[in-house]
Amino acid sequence: MHSETHVNAVRKFAAVCAILEKYEYRSDKLIPILQAVQEEYRYLPEDVLAYIATAIGISPARIYGVATFYAHFALEPKGKYVIKVCDGTACHVKGSTPLLDEVRKKLSLKNKQHTTDDFLFTLETVSCLGACGIAPVVVVNDEVHSLMTPGKTSAMIDDILAQERVEDEQHA
Amino acid sequence: MNSMPDLKKIASEYDEMYSQVNRRVIICAGTGCMANGALKIKNEFLNVARLTGLKFETELRQEEEKFDLLTGSGCQGFCQMGPLVTVEPEGIFYIRVKPEDVAEIVAETVMNGKPVERLLYKGSAGKPCRTVNDINFYKKQTRRVLRDCGNIDPEDIREYIKRGGYLGAEKALREMSPVDVCDEILNSGLRGRGGGGFPTGKKWALALSEKNDKKYIICNGDEGDPGAFMDRSVMEGNPHAVIEGMLIAAQAIGADEGFVYVRLEYPLAVKRIKKAVETALDYGFLGDNIFGTGKSFRINVMEGAGAFVCGEETALIASIEGKRGMPNPKPPFPAQSGLFGKPTIINNVETLAMVPGIITKGAAEFRQIGTKDSPGTKTFALTGHVVNTGLIEVPFGTTLREIIFDIGGGVTGDNGEIDPEGFKAVQIGGPSGGCLTTEHLDLPLSFDSLRSIGAMVGSGGLVVMNRNTCMVQVAKFFMQFTQNESCGKCVPCREGTRQMLALLEDITEGNADENTLVILENLGKAITKASLCGLGKTAPNPVLSLLRYFNEEIQTHVTQQRCPARKCKSLMTPVVIEEKCKGCGLCIKKCPVGAITGEKKQPHFINEELCIKCGACIEACRLDAIAEGV
Repeated sequence: MHSETHVNAVRKFAAVCAILEKYEYRSDKLIPILQAVQEEYRYLPEDVLAYIATAIGISPARIYGVATFYAHFALEPKGKYVIKVCDGTACHVKGSTPLLDEVRKKLSLKNKQHTTDDFLFTLETVSCLGACGIAPVVVVNDEVHSLMTPGKTSAMIDDILAQERVEDEQHA
Repeated sequence: MNSMPDLKKIASEYDEMYSQVNRRVIICAGTGCMANGALKIKNEFLNVARLTGLKFETELRQEEEKFDLLTGSGCQGFCQMGPLVTVEPEGIFYIRVKPEDVAEIVAETVMNGKPVERLLYKGSAGKPCRTVNDINFYKKQTRRVLRDCGNIDPEDIREYIKRGGYLGAEKALREMSPVDVCDEILNSGLRGRGGGGFPTGKKWALALSEKNDKKYIICNGDEGDPGAFMDRSVMEGNPHAVIEGMLIAAQAIGADEGFVYVRLEYPLAVKRIKKAVETALDYGFLGDNIFGTGKSFRINVMEGAGAFVCGEETALIASIEGKRGMPNPKPPFPAQSGLFGKPTIINNVETLAMVPGIITKGAAEFRQIGTKDSPGTKTFALTGHVVNTGLIEVPFGTTLREIIFDIGGGVTGDNGEIDPEGFKAVQIGGPSGGCLTTEHLDLPLSFDSLRSIGAMVGSGGLVVMNRNTCMVQVAKFFMQFTQNESCGKCVPCREGTRQMLALLEDITEGNADENTLVILENLGKAITKASLCGLGKTAPNPVLSLLRYFNEEIQTHVTQQRCPARKCKSLMTPVVIEEKCKGCGLCIKKCPVGAITGEKKQPHFINEELCIKCGACIEACRLDAIAEGV
C-alpha cells in the first residue's frame, strides 16, 4: 500500500488541499484555484482536476471547460524554462516570426510540439505582453528580454543551456 | 493606522521630510525599463553610494541631516530609450543609462547638479535636451492621467496624497451625495476609455437607480488588445489613482465591494495594485467607516487567465464567477444585473484614473480640453515603425500627423532609419479597429470622428506601419488573433472569423479570385450584424477597412498574384542572380518539384511554371545567389 507512488500521491494532494483551504472550497474561486495549482505543478494534472471538482462540488466537465478555455492553463507538463515569444501587433510588425522560427530550429521542435523532449523548454506565443515600446520581446519565465533579434534569441538559449550544465556539474 | 486619515497632515509631514532631500534620483521601473536593466542601475547607484560614502535612502523618512533619495517610478512612456534616470530638482533626464554610467552621474549630477551631456537625449540637429520639457516627445503631450505616472513612487502612498491624492474621494464621500457624483461625471462628458466610449456618468446613474443591498464596482484591467499598454502603465505607475477612482464610483452607485481584474501577463501591475490595495486599507481609504462616513468599501484583486474576450463586460463577470469567459446577451446590462446577479459597474482602468481629477477640479475644468463630444485627454500606445515608441497622452482632437510626426518623431524604414516618405498606415484600436491612411493624417481624433470612418479608438493602440508593410498580412494577423480568441459561443463569430481567415489565406497564397473579395466583404458585414458581443461585432473591422482603403493593394494580390510590399512569400518566384551563381547544383538537389535546371558551373535557371515558391532553394544556396523575386 505504502508504495512510493502512494506517498507521492498523498504529497500531491496535500498541496491541493492547502490551496482549496485558502480559497474556502468556493466554486467562484475556481480560476484562482487553478492558477495556484498550476503554479505548484507547472500544469494541471487530470487527477488533480477531478479531485478539485469533487472537493468544491462542481462537475469535472465544468472544470475541464474552464481549464481548456483560458490560454494560461496547460493540461500537459511544461518545461523548466517557458519561452514566451510575444506576437502582439507591435512585436509582429517588428519581426516576431523570425524569432519563433529561430527558437523552433534551435530547440528542434517539430510541427505541433511545444515542449522539448527533456522538458527543459516550452515555447509559447502570447498575444501581447504590453511591452510594445521595446518590441519585439521574448520572456523567459518572468524575465523580459527586449529588442530581440534571432541572434540574441539564440544566444539567450545558449546562456540557459550553459547555466544548466553548470548546475548539472554541481549536482554531480 | 486605520483611523480617519488626515490628508493635510500626511501631506505636510511628507513635505517636511522631503525638505531634507538634497537630490532625488528617479529610476523608471516600468516593464520596459526593467527589461532593459533598470534593476541593475538601481543596485549600481547603491554600490556607488557605499563606495563614495554618499547617503542614499530608498524610502523617504524623517532624517536629521540632509540626504539623497533614490526611488523607482512607474512607466515614463519613453520605453525605447530606457532605462531612464531623472535627477531632481533639476529634472535632468538621462536615457539608455548603463551601470558603468552611474558613477559619473553620481559625481557630476547628484553631487554637483551638473548634467552628463553624453547621456542626454539628442533632439533635432543633435541638440542635447536637459529635461523632459526640452524633448518633443514630452513637450507636445498633455499628461493628466500620466502626470504622476513616472514621476511619483508608485509604492509610496504618501507621495500620491501629497500630490492631492484621495482629496477627490474625501470630497465625494463627505460632501457629495451619490446623485451629485453621478451628475458631476455626467457633466464632465467623460466617456469610457476602454473602447466603446459610453458616457461614464450615464452608466453610473443607471446602477444608482437600481435598488439592491449589494452592488459591485469592477475595474477592467484586462487590456488584451495587442499593441496597447496604457492600462498596464497606469496600474504600475499610479495604482492609487485607480483605487481612488473605484472608491468614488462606489460612492456614486452605493457599492461596498470591488474587483480589479488584471491580465496575468502583467505581473508587475498585479504586484503594484495588490500592494496599493493593502496600503490603502492600512490608511483607512478602504475598509469600514471610510472618512468617518460609516461607509465601507473593499477591493479584491483577481488575475485573468489569458482570454482576450474577458475584456468584454459580461465575459469578465463570468470569469470572476469562476466560469468560462463567455459573453451574455445584453440587456440586462451589468448595471442592472451583473456580478452574481447584482448591479455592477465595470469601468476601464484609464477611465477610473480620470475620475479623481474630475471630482477635485470639477466637470467644467475637464471640458476645457479635448473636443465637445470627447472631452479630456486620451492615452495612446504609440508603437511600430516610428522613431519614438512609447506611451503618450494627448487631448482629443489632436491629429494623427501631430502624434506620428511631432511626438513620434516620424516613420522609420525597416532599417530603423527615418524614412520621410515612409508612412503607409496606422492601425488604431487593435483587432477591433481599422487602418487609417495618409488621407486621415489631419483628422482630429475623437470617438465619433473615428467611428465615422470605420475605425475606433479602442483602448488606444496606435501601430504605425511603413511602406514595406503588406496590409493583407496585417489584416490576416488580426483575423488570426480574433479567430483564436473567439470564445465559440455564437456561430457568426466562431465560424465567420474562421472563414474570413481562410479567404485571406487564399489571397496571400495566390488562390483567390475576384469572387473572394466579394464573399469576404459580405461575410464581414454579416458577422458585424449578427455577433453576440463586441469581439465579434468588431472582428471584421480590420478586413473591411483594408477593402476600403487598400483596395488597389489587395487587387494586385488577387489579379496579378503579386505582393507590392514583397511580404507574401507564396506570391514571389525566386530568381537566380546570375553573377553570383557558381552552378554548384545544391539548389537542384533541394528543389522538391524539379523546377531548377542548369549545367554544372553555369548559372542555373528556375522554371516559374513548376516552382511552388517554397523557398527551399533560397535556404540551400550558400552564395546568396537566389533572391526572393517579385
